Amino acid sequence: MSKAGASDEMGGRASGHARRVVMALAGMTLLALAACGPGPRETGINDPYEASNRQTHEFNKSVDAAFFRGDDDQGAGPVARTLYNVGNNLSLPGKVVNSLLQGRPEPAIKNTFRFVINSTLGLGGIFDPAGSSFSLPETDTDFGETLHVWGVGEGAYVELPFVGPSTERDALGMVVDFVINPLNALPEKERVAASALRLGGHFAKRRIYSATIDSVLYDSADSYAQGRLLYLQNRRFELNGEETNDAYAYDPYDDPALQ
Amino acid sequence: MPMPTIPMTTRRCNRRTVLGLGVAGLAAAAVPGSALALSDAQAKALIQRAVNDVNAAIASGKTGPTLYAMFERIFSKYADVNVIARSALGIAARSASAAQMTAFTRAFQGYLSRKYGKRFREFQGAVFQIQGARPVKSFYEVKTTAILPGQAPFEVLWQVSDRSGSDKFFNLIVEGVNMLASERAEIGAMLDRRRGNIDLLIQDLKTAG
Repeated sequence: MSKAGASDEMGGRASGHARRVVMALAGMTLLALAACGPGPRETGINDPYEASNRQTHEFNKSVDAAFFRGDDDQGAGPVARTLYNVGNNLSLPGKVVNSLLQGRPEPAIKNTFRFVINSTLGLGGIFDPAGSSFSLPETDTDFGETLHVWGVGEGAYVELPFVGPSTERDALGMVVDFVINPLNALPEKERVAASALRLGGHFAKRRIYSATIDSVLYDSADSYAQGRLLYLQNRRFELNGEETNDAYAYDPYDDPALQ
Repeated sequence: MPMPTIPMTTRRCNRRTVLGLGVAGLAAAAVPGSALALSDAQAKALIQRAVNDVNAAIASGKTGPTLYAMFERIFSKYADVNVIARSALGIAARSASAAQMTAFTRAFQGYLSRKYGKRFREFQGAVFQIQGARPVKSFYEVKTTAILPGQAPFEVLWQVSDRSGSDKFFNLIVEGVNMLASERAEIGAMLDRRRGNIDLLIQDLKTAG
């Protein structure tokens, strides 16, 4: 027992140290980039690692087929929805930190109120009174978006094991999010429980969106290419809003390739 | 569990996706916007009718093939299925015979209805509200917001044109995800798998989605 306790303590110190290093790096990056605007909207597909990405995709598909593929036409049950809500609630403190790093106080304040309301009135996030009674829907964000706001480009497309579609920037963002999460300040047991619930929330999300995810993964002729296209389009929309540059709008009535 | 074999390269697929869309878009930019016969109000009215029918189909509580059949009727009524099918087939449409195009378009319509019918399950309980319309090149883009209980509203754009001879929508963009771009990539991959044979592609489409 005491041995385990000692190694826990060392682990805690190590992660505390890593946290300080990343915060310092993040601070320096912030200073260096403070003068820059957000990264430009990117177009097209930058996928130099396609061959290895496709191998990872096959691996992810086999994991998904073994554990998550929906084999019935039922939607997500109340357990999945509860787990999803609780996991989402626990992700709010990290989002607040990111909104602040992005210089966006409004979503930071809203997500703070949302966290307080749903953790108390919503019984630890099981219910969503903030969204249903206080008009405080979640504002989703992450460190990948923070990097974007600081002017970092998305980099190459990557498919991450167990995670799925991402970009070099968003993959780095995930690592930093892990380190800067305010829940890391919780005592050991609570921290592990919170991490387990957040992971459970991700599994529940897979279940809630099972019809669409199954359709993309198992009904596509090229599920890798579909996943890549859907991820990049949706991510660019999340970060930049809708495409307003009409030069990029496709008009099938004037497509010379079809005439 | 049967798993589709996946080619290691997607030359054709890469060329056909958003990059290609951008190039085609630039080429099409030469068309003057003043040629618009469709009005802002007409575009919004079309989408309002389509959205009313979609809302009614979702609210009917029907599921499975019955719901997909309802979607297929809505789709054939409000969408320019011919141009969507032709665009999804891409450059191969130029070498297809008239009979092949007819068969492809019919199979494609059923495939789309099944595919998006399944995905529409996540929209159950959603209400679509029209936000506005703006001209883009030779068409209009109508912005709607889908409101789902307990969730942040999300955006669906409908692209509407009258160049088929009547007002129809030809593309949907849900939170940045472009249906036409997605189908051009998917049909391209299906055609690659059949080494460019359109008749085999049509057979595959009858059960796909």
